[in-house]
Amino acid sequence: MQLHAWLETVPVRSDNDRPRLPDESHMTAKTVLNEAHRKLGARMVDFGGWDMPLNYGSQIEEHHAVRKAAGMFDVSHMTVVDLHGERVRDFLRRLLANSVDKLTEHGRALYACMLNARGGVIDDLIVYYLGEHFFRLVVNAATREKDLAWIRGQAAPFEVEVRVRDDMAMLAVQGPQAREKLIGLLAEVDRERMRAMGRFRAAAAQALHGVPLFVARTGYTGEDGFELMVDNGHAQLLWQALLDAGVQPAGLAARDTLRLEAGLNLYGQDMDENVTPWEAALGWTVALDDGRDFIGRDALEQQKAEGVPRRMVGLVLEGKGVLRHGQKVLTGVGEGEVLSGSYSPTLSMAIALARVPAGEPGQVRVDIRGREINARVVRPPFVRDGKPGEGI
Amino acid sequence: MSEIPGDLKFLKSHEWARLEDDGLVRVGISDHAQQQLGDLVYVELPEVGAQVGPDNGCAVVESVKAASDVYAPIHGEVVEVNSALDDGPELINTDAYGEGWIFVLRPDNKAELDDLLDPESYAELIEGEED
Repeated sequence: MQLHAWLETVPVRSDNDRPRLPDESHMTAKTVLNEAHRKLGARMVDFGGWDMPLNYGSQIEEHHAVRKAAGMFDVSHMTVVDLHGERVRDFLRRLLANSVDKLTEHGRALYACMLNARGGVIDDLIVYYLGEHFFRLVVNAATREKDLAWIRGQAAPFEVEVRVRDDMAMLAVQGPQAREKLIGLLAEVDRERMRAMGRFRAAAAQALHGVPLFVARTGYTGEDGFELMVDNGHAQLLWQALLDAGVQPAGLAARDTLRLEAGLNLYGQDMDENVTPWEAALGWTVALDDGRDFIGRDALEQQKAEGVPRRMVGLVLEGKGVLRHGQKVLTGVGEGEVLSGSYSPTLSMAIALARVPAGEPGQVRVDIRGREINARVVRPPFVRDGKPGEGI
Repeated sequence: MSEIPGDLKFLKSHEWARLEDDGLVRVGISDHAQQQLGDLVYVELPEVGAQVGPDNGCAVVESVKAASDVYAPIHGEVVEVNSALDDGPELINTDAYGEGWIFVLRPDNKAELDDLLDPESYAELIEGEED
Protein backbone atom coordinates (compact mmCIF):
# COMPACT_ATOMS: atom_id res chain seq x y z
CA MET A 1 0.00 0.00 0.00
CA GLN A 2 1.09 3.57 -0.42
CA LEU A 3 1.24 5.56 2.78
CA HIS A 4 -0.25 8.82 1.63
CA ALA A 5 -1.05 10.77 4.70
CA TRP A 6 -2.79 13.53 2.82
CA LEU A 7 -3.75 13.07 -0.76
CA GLU A 8 -5.38 16.24 -1.91
CA THR A 9 -4.95 19.53 -0.17
CA VAL A 10 -1.43 18.90 0.96
CA PRO A 11 1.38 17.52 -1.18
CA VAL A 12 1.87 13.83 -0.56
CA ARG A 13 4.43 13.06 2.10
CA SER A 14 6.72 10.47 0.61
CA ASP A 15 9.51 8.51 2.23
CA ASN A 16 12.12 11.05 1.26
CA ASP A 17 10.04 14.05 2.25
CA ARG A 18 11.65 14.39 5.65
CA PRO A 19 11.39 17.56 7.69
CA ARG A 20 14.04 19.85 6.30
CA LEU A 21 16.82 21.32 8.33
CA PRO A 22 17.41 25.05 8.21
CA ASP A 23 20.74 24.61 6.43
CA GLU A 24 19.19 22.79 3.47
CA SER A 25 18.73 25.03 0.49
CA HIS A 26 15.02 24.59 -0.25
CA MET A 27 13.95 25.02 3.33
CA THR A 28 10.37 24.97 4.42
CA ALA A 29 9.09 27.99 6.29
CA LYS A 30 8.31 27.52 9.96
CA THR A 31 5.96 29.47 12.18
CA VAL A 32 7.20 30.61 15.58
CA LEU A 33 5.16 27.76 17.10
CA ASN A 34 6.99 25.02 15.17
CA GLU A 35 8.92 23.82 18.23
CA ALA A 36 5.74 23.85 20.32
CA HIS A 37 4.01 21.56 17.79
CA ARG A 38 6.92 19.14 17.75
CA LYS A 39 7.03 19.05 21.53
CA LEU A 40 3.39 17.99 21.51
CA GLY A 41 4.26 15.12 19.14
CA ALA A 42 2.57 16.62 16.09
CA ARG A 43 2.84 14.86 12.77
CA MET A 44 4.16 17.61 10.51
CA VAL A 45 3.48 18.10 6.82
CA ASP A 46 4.47 20.53 4.09
CA PHE A 47 1.52 22.82 3.39
CA GLY A 48 2.07 25.51 0.78
CA GLY A 49 5.77 25.66 1.65
CA TRP A 50 5.13 25.72 5.41
CA ASP A 51 6.00 22.98 7.88
CA MET A 52 2.68 22.64 9.67
CA PRO A 53 1.03 20.20 12.10
CA LEU A 54 -1.27 17.70 10.37
CA ASN A 55 -2.46 16.20 13.64
CA TYR A 56 -1.29 15.72 17.21
CA GLY A 57 -2.40 12.07 17.34
CA SER A 58 -5.99 11.69 16.19
CA GLN A 59 -7.55 14.14 13.76
CA ILE A 60 -11.00 12.78 14.66
CA GLU A 61 -10.52 13.53 18.36
CA GLU A 62 -9.30 17.02 17.46
CA HIS A 63 -12.33 17.51 15.23
CA HIS A 64 -14.73 16.51 18.01
CA ALA A 65 -12.91 18.73 20.51
CA VAL A 66 -13.66 21.74 18.30
CA ARG A 67 -17.31 20.73 17.78
CA LYS A 68 -17.93 20.00 21.46
CA ALA A 69 -15.49 22.09 23.51
CA ALA A 70 -12.54 24.16 22.28
CA GLY A 71 -9.63 23.59 19.94
CA MET A 72 -6.88 25.79 18.59
CA PHE A 73 -4.98 25.99 15.33
CA ASP A 74 -1.70 27.68 14.50
CA VAL A 75 -2.64 29.66 11.39
CA SER A 76 0.46 31.85 11.39
CA HIS A 77 1.22 30.65 7.87
CA MET A 78 -1.62 32.83 6.61
CA THR A 79 -0.57 36.23 5.31
CA VAL A 80 -1.66 39.38 7.11
CA VAL A 81 -1.45 42.50 4.95
CA ASP A 82 -2.05 45.99 6.29
CA LEU A 83 -3.19 48.65 3.84
CA HIS A 84 -2.63 52.30 4.67
CA GLY A 85 -3.48 55.38 2.68
CA GLU A 86 -6.03 58.09 2.11
CA ARG A 87 -7.58 56.23 -0.82
CA VAL A 88 -7.51 52.75 0.68
CA ARG A 89 -11.31 52.45 0.62
CA ASP A 90 -11.41 53.39 -3.05
CA PHE A 91 -8.70 50.84 -3.71
CA LEU A 92 -10.67 48.06 -2.02
CA ARG A 93 -13.84 49.05 -3.89
CA ARG A 94 -11.85 48.26 -7.02
CA LEU A 95 -9.96 45.19 -5.72
CA LEU A 96 -12.77 43.16 -4.13
CA ALA A 97 -15.99 41.68 -5.49
CA ASN A 98 -17.67 42.26 -2.15
CA SER A 99 -18.28 45.86 -1.16
CA VAL A 100 -16.22 47.39 1.63
CA ASP A 101 -18.97 50.00 1.84
CA LYS A 102 -20.76 47.42 3.99
CA LEU A 103 -18.04 48.14 6.55
CA THR A 104 -19.35 51.16 8.41
CA GLU A 105 -18.04 50.63 11.94
CA HIS A 106 -14.42 50.22 12.97
CA GLY A 107 -13.55 46.59 13.60
CA ARG A 108 -16.09 45.16 11.17
CA ALA A 109 -14.91 42.25 8.99
CA LEU A 110 -16.03 41.12 5.54
CA TYR A 111 -15.42 37.94 3.55
CA ALA A 112 -14.59 38.74 -0.06
CA CYS A 113 -13.07 37.41 -3.26
CA MET A 114 -10.33 39.09 -5.24
CA LEU A 115 -10.99 38.44 -8.94
CA ASN A 116 -9.05 38.66 -12.17
CA ALA A 117 -10.49 40.42 -15.22
CA ARG A 118 -12.14 37.15 -16.33
CA GLY A 119 -14.04 36.95 -13.06
CA GLY A 120 -11.87 34.05 -11.84
CA VAL A 121 -10.98 33.93 -8.17
CA ILE A 122 -7.38 34.95 -7.39
CA ASP A 123 -8.01 34.35 -3.69
CA ASP A 124 -10.63 34.60 -1.00
CA LEU A 125 -9.84 36.71 2.04
CA ILE A 126 -11.12 38.55 5.05
CA VAL A 127 -10.87 42.32 5.18
CA TYR A 128 -11.04 44.24 8.47
CA TYR A 129 -11.97 47.91 8.65
CA LEU A 130 -9.66 49.39 11.28
CA GLY A 131 -9.77 53.06 10.34
CA GLU A 132 -10.77 55.23 7.41
CA HIS A 133 -7.19 55.00 6.12
CA PHE A 134 -6.33 51.59 7.50
CA PHE A 135 -7.70 48.19 6.44
CA ARG A 136 -6.24 44.75 7.16
CA LEU A 137 -6.44 41.71 4.86
CA VAL A 138 -5.85 38.06 5.73
CA VAL A 139 -5.10 36.00 2.63
CA ASN A 140 -4.21 32.34 2.09
CA ALA A 141 -0.73 30.94 2.67
CA ALA A 142 -0.38 28.97 -0.55
CA THR A 143 -1.26 32.01 -2.68
CA ARG A 144 0.92 34.48 -0.79
CA GLU A 145 3.32 35.55 -3.53
CA LYS A 146 0.80 35.91 -6.33
CA ASP A 147 -1.61 37.73 -4.02
CA LEU A 148 1.03 40.20 -2.89
CA ALA A 149 2.14 40.84 -6.46
CA TRP A 150 -1.46 41.43 -7.54
CA ILE A 151 -2.33 43.62 -4.56
CA ARG A 152 0.82 45.73 -4.94
CA GLY A 153 0.20 46.14 -8.64
CA GLN A 154 -3.38 47.25 -8.15
CA ALA A 155 -2.53 49.44 -5.14
CA ALA A 156 0.08 51.56 -6.89
CA PRO A 157 -2.28 53.99 -8.67
CA PHE A 158 -4.15 54.55 -5.38
CA GLU A 159 -0.92 55.30 -3.50
CA VAL A 160 -1.81 52.72 -0.91
CA GLU A 161 0.99 51.35 1.23
CA VAL A 162 1.01 47.53 1.35
CA ARG A 163 2.66 46.26 4.52
CA VAL A 164 3.04 42.51 5.14
CA ARG A 165 2.85 41.69 8.83
CA ASP A 166 5.31 38.84 9.13
CA ASP A 167 5.96 40.07 12.65
CA MET A 168 2.65 38.60 13.80
CA ALA A 169 1.55 35.07 14.57
CA MET A 170 -2.06 33.99 14.28
CA LEU A 171 -4.04 31.47 16.33
CA ALA A 172 -7.61 30.33 15.75
CA VAL A 173 -9.43 29.28 18.92
CA GLN A 174 -12.67 27.59 17.91
CA GLY A 175 -15.54 25.72 19.48
CA PRO A 176 -18.53 26.31 21.77
CA GLN A 177 -16.22 26.94 24.76
CA ALA A 178 -13.50 28.75 22.81
CA ARG A 179 -14.54 32.32 23.57
CA GLU A 180 -14.80 31.79 27.31
CA LYS A 181 -11.41 30.05 27.38
CA LEU A 182 -9.78 33.04 25.70
CA ILE A 183 -11.75 35.63 27.65
CA GLY A 184 -10.45 34.00 30.84
CA LEU A 185 -6.94 34.93 29.75
CA LEU A 186 -7.72 38.57 29.03
CA ALA A 187 -7.11 41.52 31.25
CA GLU A 188 -10.09 42.01 33.58
CA VAL A 189 -10.96 45.35 31.97
CA ASP A 190 -11.33 43.78 28.49
CA ARG A 191 -13.48 40.79 29.37
CA GLU A 192 -16.98 42.22 29.20
CA ARG A 193 -16.26 44.08 25.98
CA MET A 194 -14.92 40.89 24.34
CA ARG A 195 -17.87 38.86 25.59
CA ALA A 196 -20.23 41.39 23.98
CA MET A 197 -18.36 41.69 20.66
CA GLY A 198 -20.52 40.44 17.78
CA ARG A 199 -19.64 38.03 15.01
CA PHE A 200 -17.39 39.25 12.21
CA ARG A 201 -16.05 41.98 14.42
CA ALA A 202 -12.58 42.58 15.75
CA ALA A 203 -10.95 44.72 18.42
CA ALA A 204 -7.72 45.13 20.34
CA ALA A 205 -7.42 43.65 23.80
CA GLN A 206 -4.74 42.72 26.29
CA ALA A 207 -3.96 39.26 27.56
CA LEU A 208 -2.73 38.97 31.13
CA HIS A 209 0.73 40.50 31.62
CA GLY A 210 -0.23 43.13 29.06
CA VAL A 211 0.36 41.15 25.89
CA PRO A 212 -1.40 43.05 23.09
CA LEU A 213 -3.82 41.00 21.01
CA PHE A 214 -5.93 41.61 17.94
CA VAL A 215 -9.08 39.59 18.60
CA ALA A 216 -11.51 38.79 15.77
CA ARG A 217 -14.71 36.82 16.15
CA THR A 218 -14.17 34.86 12.95
CA GLY A 219 -13.09 31.36 11.98
CA TYR A 220 -13.05 28.52 9.49
CA THR A 221 -14.75 25.70 11.36
CA GLY A 222 -18.44 26.62 11.52
CA GLU A 223 -18.09 27.07 15.27
CA ASP A 224 -18.05 30.22 17.31
CA GLY A 225 -14.63 31.40 18.41
CA PHE A 226 -11.86 33.87 17.86
CA GLU A 227 -8.96 34.36 15.54
CA LEU A 228 -6.09 36.03 17.38
CA MET A 229 -3.12 37.96 16.12
CA VAL A 230 -0.19 38.43 18.44
CA ASP A 231 3.39 39.55 17.91
CA ASN A 232 5.78 36.65 17.25
CA GLY A 233 7.56 37.22 20.55
CA HIS A 234 4.44 36.48 22.59
CA ALA A 235 2.91 33.71 20.48
CA GLN A 236 4.34 30.84 22.51
CA LEU A 237 3.17 32.40 25.75
CA LEU A 238 -0.36 32.68 24.38
CA TRP A 239 -0.27 29.13 22.96
CA GLN A 240 0.88 27.75 26.31
CA ALA A 241 -1.73 29.73 28.25
CA LEU A 242 -4.47 28.33 26.01
CA LEU A 243 -3.07 24.80 26.42
CA ASP A 244 -3.08 25.27 30.18
CA ALA A 245 -6.69 26.44 29.95
CA GLY A 246 -7.58 23.08 28.39
CA VAL A 247 -7.84 24.07 24.72
CA GLN A 248 -7.06 21.09 22.45
CA PRO A 249 -4.37 21.70 19.81
CA ALA A 250 -5.74 20.71 16.40
CA GLY A 251 -3.97 20.25 13.09
CA LEU A 252 -4.64 20.93 9.44
CA ALA A 253 -6.39 17.59 9.01
CA ALA A 254 -9.09 18.48 11.53
CA ARG A 255 -9.27 22.01 10.16
CA ASP A 256 -10.10 20.56 6.75
CA THR A 257 -12.91 18.26 7.92
CA LEU A 258 -14.35 21.05 10.10
CA ARG A 259 -14.45 23.60 7.29
CA LEU A 260 -15.90 21.05 4.87
CA GLU A 261 -18.70 20.13 7.29
CA ALA A 262 -19.36 23.86 7.62
CA GLY A 263 -19.62 24.11 3.81
CA LEU A 264 -16.71 26.55 3.58
CA ASN A 265 -14.67 26.60 0.38
CA LEU A 266 -10.95 25.86 0.27
CA TYR A 267 -9.05 27.96 -2.22
CA GLY A 268 -7.24 25.90 -4.86
CA GLN A 269 -9.57 22.97 -4.39
CA ASP A 270 -13.09 24.38 -4.55
CA MET A 271 -12.29 27.43 -6.65
CA ASP A 272 -9.36 28.98 -8.49
CA GLU A 273 -8.59 31.51 -11.21
CA ASN A 274 -10.70 29.62 -13.76
CA VAL A 275 -13.82 29.55 -11.61
CA THR A 276 -16.13 32.50 -10.99
CA PRO A 277 -17.89 33.10 -7.69
CA TRP A 278 -21.18 32.11 -9.41
CA GLU A 279 -19.69 28.66 -10.05
CA ALA A 280 -18.34 28.24 -6.52
CA ALA A 281 -21.46 29.02 -4.45
CA LEU A 282 -19.92 32.38 -3.61
CA GLY A 283 -22.52 34.56 -5.30
CA TRP A 284 -23.49 35.87 -1.86
CA THR A 285 -20.06 37.53 -1.64
CA VAL A 286 -20.50 39.48 -4.87
CA ALA A 287 -21.96 42.97 -4.47
CA LEU A 288 -23.23 44.34 -7.78
CA ASP A 289 -23.79 47.73 -6.18
CA ASP A 290 -24.46 50.76 -8.35
CA GLY A 291 -21.56 52.13 -10.28
CA ARG A 292 -18.77 50.27 -8.47
CA ASP A 293 -16.20 49.19 -11.03
CA PHE A 294 -14.49 46.23 -9.35
CA ILE A 295 -12.06 43.99 -11.22
CA GLY A 296 -13.93 41.12 -12.86
CA ARG A 297 -17.34 42.78 -12.71
CA ASP A 298 -17.87 42.88 -16.48
CA ALA A 299 -17.06 39.19 -16.81
CA LEU A 300 -19.37 38.28 -13.94
CA GLU A 301 -22.27 40.29 -15.37
CA GLN A 302 -21.74 38.79 -18.78
CA GLN A 303 -21.65 35.23 -17.40
CA LYS A 304 -24.79 35.88 -15.39
CA ALA A 305 -26.58 37.25 -18.45
CA GLU A 306 -25.54 34.32 -20.63
CA GLY A 307 -26.29 31.74 -17.96
CA VAL A 308 -23.81 30.23 -15.53
CA PRO A 309 -22.83 26.81 -16.94
CA ARG A 310 -21.77 25.10 -13.72
CA ARG A 311 -22.64 25.27 -10.06
CA MET A 312 -21.32 23.97 -6.79
CA VAL A 313 -23.48 21.66 -4.69
CA GLY A 314 -23.13 19.58 -1.56
CA LEU A 315 -23.20 15.78 -1.83
CA VAL A 316 -23.90 13.16 0.81
CA LEU A 317 -22.94 9.60 -0.16
CA GLU A 318 -25.78 7.14 0.32
CA GLY A 319 -23.72 3.96 -0.05
CA LYS A 320 -20.46 2.83 1.48
CA GLY A 321 -17.20 4.54 0.70
CA VAL A 322 -15.56 7.92 0.98
CA LEU A 323 -15.95 10.84 -1.43
CA ARG A 324 -12.61 12.17 -2.66
CA HIS A 325 -11.32 15.06 -4.73
CA GLY A 326 -11.36 14.23 -8.44
CA GLN A 327 -14.06 11.54 -8.43
CA LYS A 328 -16.47 11.76 -11.34
CA VAL A 329 -20.04 12.82 -10.55
CA LEU A 330 -22.76 11.49 -12.89
CA THR A 331 -25.92 13.57 -13.14
CA GLY A 332 -28.93 13.79 -15.43
CA VAL A 333 -27.44 16.92 -17.04
CA GLY A 334 -23.88 15.69 -17.54
CA GLU A 335 -20.71 14.93 -15.66
CA GLY A 336 -19.30 16.86 -12.75
CA GLU A 337 -16.45 16.43 -10.32
CA VAL A 338 -15.90 16.12 -6.59
CA LEU A 339 -13.90 19.12 -5.37
CA SER A 340 -13.48 18.60 -1.62
CA GLY A 341 -14.53 15.20 -0.35
CA SER A 342 -14.02 13.50 2.96
CA TYR A 343 -15.47 11.46 5.72
CA SER A 344 -17.44 13.65 8.10
CA PRO A 345 -16.53 12.82 11.71
CA THR A 346 -19.67 14.56 13.03
CA LEU A 347 -22.10 12.82 10.65
CA SER A 348 -20.17 9.53 10.27
CA MET A 349 -20.68 9.55 6.51
CA ALA A 350 -19.01 10.76 3.37
CA ILE A 351 -19.66 14.35 2.29
CA ALA A 352 -18.37 16.52 -0.53
CA LEU A 353 -18.54 19.76 -2.41
CA ALA A 354 -18.90 19.06 -6.13
CA ARG A 355 -19.10 21.14 -9.28
CA VAL A 356 -21.83 19.93 -11.64
CA PRO A 357 -23.48 21.27 -14.80
CA ALA A 358 -26.34 23.72 -14.22
CA GLY A 359 -29.84 22.28 -14.34
CA GLU A 360 -31.86 19.64 -12.54
CA PRO A 361 -29.36 16.88 -11.69
CA GLY A 362 -31.85 14.07 -10.97
CA GLN A 363 -30.40 10.99 -9.29
CA VAL A 364 -26.70 11.62 -8.80
CA ARG A 365 -24.07 8.88 -8.73
CA VAL A 366 -20.36 9.10 -7.95
CA ASP A 367 -17.77 6.86 -9.59
CA ILE A 368 -15.69 5.42 -6.75
CA ARG A 369 -12.99 3.17 -8.19
CA GLY A 370 -15.24 2.01 -10.99
CA ARG A 371 -18.39 1.52 -8.93
CA GLU A 372 -21.28 3.97 -9.19
CA ILE A 373 -22.59 4.85 -5.74
CA ASN A 374 -25.72 6.96 -5.20
CA ALA A 375 -25.33 10.38 -3.67
CA ARG A 376 -27.84 12.99 -2.55
CA VAL A 377 -27.58 16.64 -3.53
CA VAL A 378 -27.82 18.88 -0.48
CA ARG A 379 -27.33 22.50 0.43
CA PRO A 380 -24.34 23.03 2.75
CA PRO A 381 -23.59 23.52 5.63
CA PHE A 382 -23.53 19.80 6.38
CA VAL A 383 -23.15 20.59 10.08
CA ARG A 384 -24.50 23.61 11.92
CA ASP A 385 -24.08 24.23 15.67
CA GLY A 386 -22.63 20.76 16.07
CA LYS A 387 -25.70 19.07 14.55
CA PRO A 388 -26.66 17.94 11.03
CA GLY A 389 -27.60 20.96 8.90
CA GLU A 390 -31.09 21.43 7.53
CA GLY A 391 -31.98 18.70 5.02
CA ILE A 392 -28.77 16.70 5.61
CA MET B 1 5.06 1.40 18.58
CA SER B 2 3.71 -1.96 19.63
CA GLU B 3 5.80 -5.12 19.46
CA ILE B 4 5.72 -6.97 16.13
CA PRO B 5 4.58 -10.58 16.66
CA GLY B 6 7.32 -13.05 15.71
CA ASP B 7 5.13 -15.26 13.52
CA LEU B 8 4.44 -12.56 10.93
CA LYS B 9 5.98 -11.97 7.52
CA PHE B 10 5.86 -8.61 5.76
CA LEU B 11 5.74 -7.00 2.37
CA LYS B 12 7.79 -3.83 2.02
CA SER B 13 4.49 -2.08 1.36
CA HIS B 14 3.42 -2.76 4.99
CA GLU B 15 1.06 -5.74 4.64
CA TRP B 16 1.58 -8.69 7.02
CA ALA B 17 0.92 -12.40 6.48
CA ARG B 18 0.56 -15.13 9.09
CA LEU B 19 0.55 -18.83 8.24
CA GLU B 20 -2.15 -20.45 10.34
CA ASP B 21 -2.28 -24.04 11.61
CA ASP B 22 -4.79 -24.98 8.90
CA GLY B 23 -2.41 -23.94 6.13
CA LEU B 24 -4.34 -20.73 5.34
CA VAL B 25 -2.72 -17.30 5.44
CA ARG B 26 -4.21 -14.37 7.33
CA VAL B 27 -3.44 -10.87 6.00
CA GLY B 28 -3.53 -7.37 7.47
CA ILE B 29 -1.59 -4.11 7.50
CA SER B 30 1.16 -3.27 9.95
CA ASP B 31 0.82 -1.20 13.07
CA HIS B 32 3.26 1.26 11.52
CA ALA B 33 1.01 1.58 8.47
CA GLN B 34 -2.10 2.28 10.53
CA GLN B 35 -0.21 4.92 12.49
CA GLN B 36 0.86 6.62 9.29
CA LEU B 37 -2.65 6.51 7.82
CA GLY B 38 -4.37 7.82 10.92
CA ASP B 39 -8.00 7.19 11.85
CA LEU B 40 -9.45 4.61 9.46
CA VAL B 41 -13.07 5.14 8.43
CA TYR B 42 -13.74 2.60 5.69
CA VAL B 43 -12.36 -0.70 4.44
CA GLU B 44 -13.25 -2.10 1.03
CA LEU B 45 -12.85 -5.85 1.42
CA PRO B 46 -12.02 -8.27 -1.40
CA GLU B 47 -14.61 -10.75 -2.64
CA VAL B 48 -14.43 -14.26 -1.23
CA GLY B 49 -13.20 -16.44 -4.10
CA ALA B 50 -11.09 -13.69 -5.66
CA GLN B 51 -7.62 -14.60 -6.93
CA VAL B 52 -5.18 -12.16 -5.37
CA GLY B 53 -1.45 -11.52 -5.25
CA PRO B 54 1.26 -8.95 -4.66
CA ASP B 55 0.86 -7.41 -8.13
CA ASN B 56 -2.60 -5.90 -7.75
CA GLY B 57 -4.42 -4.12 -4.95
CA CYS B 58 -7.26 -6.30 -3.66
CA ALA B 59 -8.56 -4.24 -0.73
CA VAL B 60 -8.65 -0.55 0.11
CA VAL B 61 -8.25 1.07 3.49
CA GLU B 62 -9.46 4.63 3.77
CA SER B 63 -8.49 7.04 6.47
CA VAL B 64 -10.32 10.34 6.83
CA LYS B 65 -8.26 11.92 4.13
CA ALA B 66 -6.70 9.18 2.01
CA ALA B 67 -7.41 5.88 0.30
CA SER B 68 -4.66 3.26 0.14
CA ASP B 69 -4.56 -0.03 -1.76
CA VAL B 70 -3.76 -3.21 0.16
CA TYR B 71 -1.84 -5.99 -1.61
CA ALA B 72 -1.90 -9.69 -0.86
CA PRO B 73 1.63 -10.64 0.27
CA ILE B 74 1.50 -13.92 -1.71
CA HIS B 75 -0.70 -15.40 -4.46
CA GLY B 76 -3.83 -17.26 -3.49
CA GLU B 77 -7.61 -17.34 -3.28
CA VAL B 78 -9.53 -15.29 -0.73
CA VAL B 79 -11.51 -17.66 1.51
CA GLU B 80 -12.66 -15.33 4.28
CA VAL B 81 -12.92 -11.58 4.87
CA ASN B 82 -13.15 -9.70 8.17
CA SER B 83 -16.67 -8.34 7.94
CA ALA B 84 -16.28 -6.80 11.41
CA LEU B 85 -14.34 -4.06 9.60
CA ASP B 86 -17.54 -2.98 7.79
CA ASP B 87 -18.81 -1.39 10.97
CA GLY B 88 -15.52 -1.14 12.81
CA PRO B 89 -12.68 -0.06 10.52
CA GLU B 90 -10.99 1.39 13.60
CA LEU B 91 -10.18 -2.19 14.65
CA ILE B 92 -7.15 -1.81 12.41
CA ASN B 93 -6.07 1.24 14.41
CA THR B 94 -6.54 -0.46 17.76
CA ASP B 95 -5.29 -3.98 16.95
CA ALA B 96 -3.54 -4.14 13.59
CA TYR B 97 -2.05 -7.62 14.18
CA GLY B 98 -5.13 -9.16 15.80
CA GLU B 99 -8.78 -8.08 15.47
CA GLY B 100 -7.81 -5.79 12.60
CA TRP B 101 -6.95 -8.59 10.14
CA ILE B 102 -8.42 -7.99 6.67
CA PHE B 103 -8.74 -11.32 4.84
CA VAL B 104 -7.62 -14.96 4.78
CA LEU B 105 -6.28 -16.59 1.65
CA ARG B 106 -5.54 -20.15 0.55
CA PRO B 107 -1.97 -19.91 -0.79
CA ASP B 108 -1.09 -21.17 -4.24
CA ASN B 109 2.41 -21.86 -3.03
CA LYS B 110 3.33 -21.53 0.64
CA ALA B 111 6.99 -21.20 -0.28
CA GLU B 112 6.27 -17.63 -1.44
CA LEU B 113 6.16 -16.73 2.25
CA ASP B 114 9.90 -17.33 2.45
CA ASP B 115 10.49 -14.36 0.17
CA LEU B 116 8.81 -11.94 2.59
CA LEU B 117 10.53 -9.86 5.27
CA ASP B 118 10.84 -11.30 8.75
CA PRO B 119 9.87 -9.04 11.69
CA GLU B 120 13.44 -7.87 12.29
CA SER B 121 13.98 -6.86 8.66
CA TYR B 122 10.63 -5.11 8.57
CA ALA B 123 11.43 -3.25 11.80
CA GLU B 124 14.69 -2.09 10.23
CA LEU B 125 12.86 -0.97 7.11
CA ILE B 126 10.41 1.26 8.97
CA GLU B 127 13.12 2.57 11.24
CA GLY B 128 14.93 3.71 8.11
CA GLU B 129 11.77 5.45 6.93
CA GLU B 130 11.42 7.36 10.16
CA ASP B 131 14.95 8.82 10.16
